[in-house]
Amino acid sequence: MSTHSSLLLVTATLAFAASAAAETPNLGQSISEADLALWDISVGPDGVGLPPGSGTPAQGKVVYEQKCELCHGKEASGGKNAALVSTKDRTVTNYVPHATTIFDFTRRAMPWPQPKSLTADETYAVTAYLLALAKIIGENDVMNAETLSKVRMPNRDGFVSKYPEKH
Amino acid sequence: MSNSKRSDLDLPEVVAGNGLINRRALLGRGIVLAGATTAGAGATLTSAGAEPLPVDPWSLTIGSTIPAYETPAKYEKHVVRTLTNPNHEPRTSQARTPHHLLNGTITPNGLHFVVSRTGFPDIDPAKHRLVIHGLVKQPKVFTLEALARYPMESRICFVECGGNSGPLYSKDPVQANVQAIHGLVSCSEWTGVRLSTLLEETGIDPKATWFLAEGADGPSMNRSIPMAKALDDAMIALYQNGERINPSQGYPMRLLVPGYEGNMNVKWLHRIKLIEAPVMAINETMQYTMRIEGQKSWQFYFPQEVKSFVTHPSPGHSLKGPGFYEISGLAYSGNGRISRVMVSADGGKSWAQAALQEPVLSKALTRFRMPWRWDGQPAVLQSRAWDEAGNTQPTRSQIAAERGAPRVNVPVTAFPMGHMNVITSWGIDSKGEVKHVYA
Repeated sequence: MSTHSSLLLVTATLAFAASAAAETPNLGQSISEADLALWDISVGPDGVGLPPGSGTPAQGKVVYEQKCELCHGKEASGGKNAALVSTKDRTVTNYVPHATTIFDFTRRAMPWPQPKSLTADETYAVTAYLLALAKIIGENDVMNAETLSKVRMPNRDGFVSKYPEKH
Repeated sequence: MSNSKRSDLDLPEVVAGNGLINRRALLGRGIVLAGATTAGAGATLTSAGAEPLPVDPWSLTIGSTIPAYETPAKYEKHVVRTLTNPNHEPRTSQARTPHHLLNGTITPNGLHFVVSRTGFPDIDPAKHRLVIHGLVKQPKVFTLEALARYPMESRICFVECGGNSGPLYSKDPVQANVQAIHGLVSCSEWTGVRLSTLLEETGIDPKATWFLAEGADGPSMNRSIPMAKALDDAMIALYQNGERINPSQGYPMRLLVPGYEGNMNVKWLHRIKLIEAPVMAINETMQYTMRIEGQKSWQFYFPQEVKSFVTHPSPGHSLKGPGFYEISGLAYSGNGRISRVMVSADGGKSWAQAALQEPVLSKALTRFRMPWRWDGQPAVLQSRAWDEAGNTQPTRSQIAAERGAPRVNVPVTAFPMGHMNVITSWGIDSKGEVKHVYA
């Protein structure tokens, strides 16, 4: 067999392997990131994904008292449901490693009966209120897409990853 | 069989303390176990004459109409999950599987455990969409109808909450049954489409090392999961034990990441985003992290490691006098197949190997069985499993050395420690009552 025909054979084999791998139903419809933007609510610890808007602790206090206090208690000290600001248990004060997580979870899941009902401004404001109560930011600090991811949480370095596993 | 006194030579071989019998006795060889009592000790169990048999009323009439969808017999109404939030108050709900009332390895769909922040959503399957985007070549949207045309596979595997068995990390043994302590694990045959098949169609940017999975439910529960799992055995599950998955299990589709903690098997799955690093969602920074005394908290602890527990007998059961009993239970590992289960009836002083019910499947519940002749004296039952990777369950002192000793007593519904796979002990008193003990 000449070198030339060996190469042809190799090429043919590769082409076959490629087409075999592509043999899937292909029934997904293409979509642009713009068209799925309403669903793409994830926020990373680096702040990627944070929406426009802003809020202060004072603004957040108003929202908190209307929509959060019923379950989480006065000044987030706990009530029917968990304390959010406390030195006991796991809270904003002593456990949450990234401020972006507070924004993300509040936006997607709170308040309990009406998830995703808070505006971006309200979510920044409630996040700012909790951070100020926990004395992590100042009373007049404004939280927005720029400032939130720069907040240094007290327990930022309090974790060790168990992944990848040893087994 | 006759009541005649048997010689010791006829008795099955005792292989460990307090009356554990060689597991091969289960395989037959003409041994009638019900009569296999030690000379003297169990004489009361040998059969007195039975009552004469009457013809019962159900043998004298026609039966009931066969329903389109059948539920268990009316006499089985007690075989239900326990609910922590039956009035749907604004907090998480848990429903636990009654392992002490079940046998075999497959959990009936209606008894599968549930942990949910707000209950289950009412999702129209015709409108539900799964989108895959982020670090892909082409973002794609899949309908349920489209996914139903893909090549599918079935696999039997367990799903276990990362907090299951947490009450074992209590200073004193919580007085609760196997459902309360270990009820957040269940096992089903899941059928669906490999995630890797769909990723072949979207293409993968080499920068993607994690993916985010998110539900369509109100709180849009989300988790970051390594891409390695997506390319290994992750599945978009559409069916559970042959039927479409139940609403509280993620109808119409859930992510299945076999062996990884339950919370990562995202229900009502509607979005997968390929990403470079974890998003640090609440369920990977608050919940499902483990606070360890004197150490940094453990994060991204994914596999449910090798565990076993005795389901029969267990608290709530009582033994009706000395004689033969089958000890049986469940063993499983998120790292593969169960290779061995040892059972002790004397609190760990001596051990004997249990029989494993076939099939023994990777990352699935495996039933073990051990023949036992109870002499009527106090006993402590334990089981300890090994998996094919060579891992075994830690003892209580090993857990204490690794994570610190539990200092407080907790309510049985609390989650004081995740990934608790320590050996469980059931104490049996001379009346035959079973309770949770530490040994």
